[in-house]
Amino acid sequence: MSGARSPAPAVPDDASPWPGPFVRYDLVKELVVALVAMAGLAVILTVLFSSPDDSPTTIQSWAKAAPGDFLTTAVGELDGTSGIATYGPPYNHTPDAAQKIGPISLQEAAGVKIPIDTAQDYVIEPLKEIPADPRLRLSLAAYQAAPAKLQAAWTGAYEEALPKARFLRGVPLLPAGRYGPVAPMMAALLGLAQSGGLDGALIAGSHRFYETNYTKPLLFLASGAYFEERAEGQHLLGTQWGMMNETGSYPGQVWLWLYTVWYQIEPFKSSENADALIFVLMGILSLAFVCIPFIPGLRTLPRHLRVYRGIWRDHYREVEG
Amino acid sequence: MSDGEGRPVSPEERQMWTTWVRERAVGALPPEKLLPDRQPAYVSSWIYVFGVATIAALVVVVASGTILGLKGPEWWHVAGIGRFFNGIHLWAVELFFFAMVVHLWGKFFMGAWRGGRGRTWMTGAIAFLVAIGAAFTGYLSQQNFDSQWIAFEGKDGLNSVGIGSFFNVADFGQMYTFHVILLPLAVVALVVWHVLLVRRHGVVPPYPAKPTPPPQQAAPSEGSAR
Repeated sequence: MSGARSPAPAVPDDASPWPGPFVRYDLVKELVVALVAMAGLAVILTVLFSSPDDSPTTIQSWAKAAPGDFLTTAVGELDGTSGIATYGPPYNHTPDAAQKIGPISLQEAAGVKIPIDTAQDYVIEPLKEIPADPRLRLSLAAYQAAPAKLQAAWTGAYEEALPKARFLRGVPLLPAGRYGPVAPMMAALLGLAQSGGLDGALIAGSHRFYETNYTKPLLFLASGAYFEERAEGQHLLGTQWGMMNETGSYPGQVWLWLYTVWYQIEPFKSSENADALIFVLMGILSLAFVCIPFIPGLRTLPRHLRVYRGIWRDHYREVEG
Repeated sequence: MSDGEGRPVSPEERQMWTTWVRERAVGALPPEKLLPDRQPAYVSSWIYVFGVATIAALVVVVASGTILGLKGPEWWHVAGIGRFFNGIHLWAVELFFFAMVVHLWGKFFMGAWRGGRGRTWMTGAIAFLVAIGAAFTGYLSQQNFDSQWIAFEGKDGLNSVGIGSFFNVADFGQMYTFHVILLPLAVVALVVWHVLLVRRHGVVPPYPAKPTPPPQQAAPSEGSAR
């Protein structure tokens, strides 16, 4: 303990200089000790638990492990009924798909900035890249030339028959039906996916070498049930507190608990606008958190909670005797 | 008035921008305030440890992240030593948030914004929120199943308020840039600002033990709030 002790270390004003006693305080030593302690703790935790690194799902691994789910997803992309095909902005112009906050839709207002035509981007364009397959060329031409009603009849029949499909060395075998050119197109797409070619086609396209944007392949992957089932097995679904979790038994982003908790309770849980409402709610709460010093009632709450009596118990013991 | 070497500052020199900045800086934070060797006696609780622990963990986060960044984003997937440094990075982040949350709760219960310390609270709170963004983009940059799923789930919240196309969680290049440069710079800048404010305004004093006595207090022994 150093410095002159004043006889009455009462608190005159929160902004005034402290009139009471002082103690020695080695700031630099404290920082160095804390640094060594934190680095040591991080090393110990790493040696004990390492870090998770579950390999990503590829379109190839998906098409090999669950070809039926792959084809169900692909035909949904082709006929425009998949989750991404009907998502709305920023991917497409699906009417009434955008979320709203009351009468306002910021999603709609932002517009379609990452346009995705699921039939073209996920099925037709990749199939065009397959060389030396005259039958596929004819099938593509027939599909593209057909009226929308006939296209829908072919894809509808194919979707209906898919649960009865068998796979022989990766090739889909469906009961006889009026699938038109959709069956050879889907078989070719499955073959491309199982070879790994669709991963490359969706990431880099046909005109690029470098690429860091995985929006298209990720959205395609996520349209299938295989991706979601894998996430469910790792307790990552929104109903399982979602992305604050991490694969395995690691703590993950626990600091996101307040964001994630709203998805578990009504009225957000069943709302079609849950994402928008929760995002805005968290924005308001974050602003309030930053502005606590200026919010009447909240700024004086700690005084009434009296937890500070425990924090400064030595001080109060000395002052109050 | 003199400069740092004791030489008198002429009126012409006082007109200089450099002199003005130096005098303002030294006036606001003289060396004994910037690096104090004593503190009020009430600064004796364990709760005070968590502020410096947060900074220490941040140093470990930045150091381990720098090593990972120097070796490139693929390294930790293919090299054992890379995985080790990724583990240090991960656990330092967990320790950073743990220490920061305890620090924040402690400061809340102290009413640490009292006495003109509102900006100190605000910079700390904003640093916490920006750090959440830094960690989020880190999880998106892992290039594993976690990243895929977090990008898939995270896009909906951002898209729902119209910012998903400007901050595209499925764009690895964009998220990696945010994670290794932009957000760490913002966190470090906010933490430095926060610490300077703490040094300038001092540690918040305890709430009065009893109703404030009549103004016959002892004269202040320090030139500034501690």
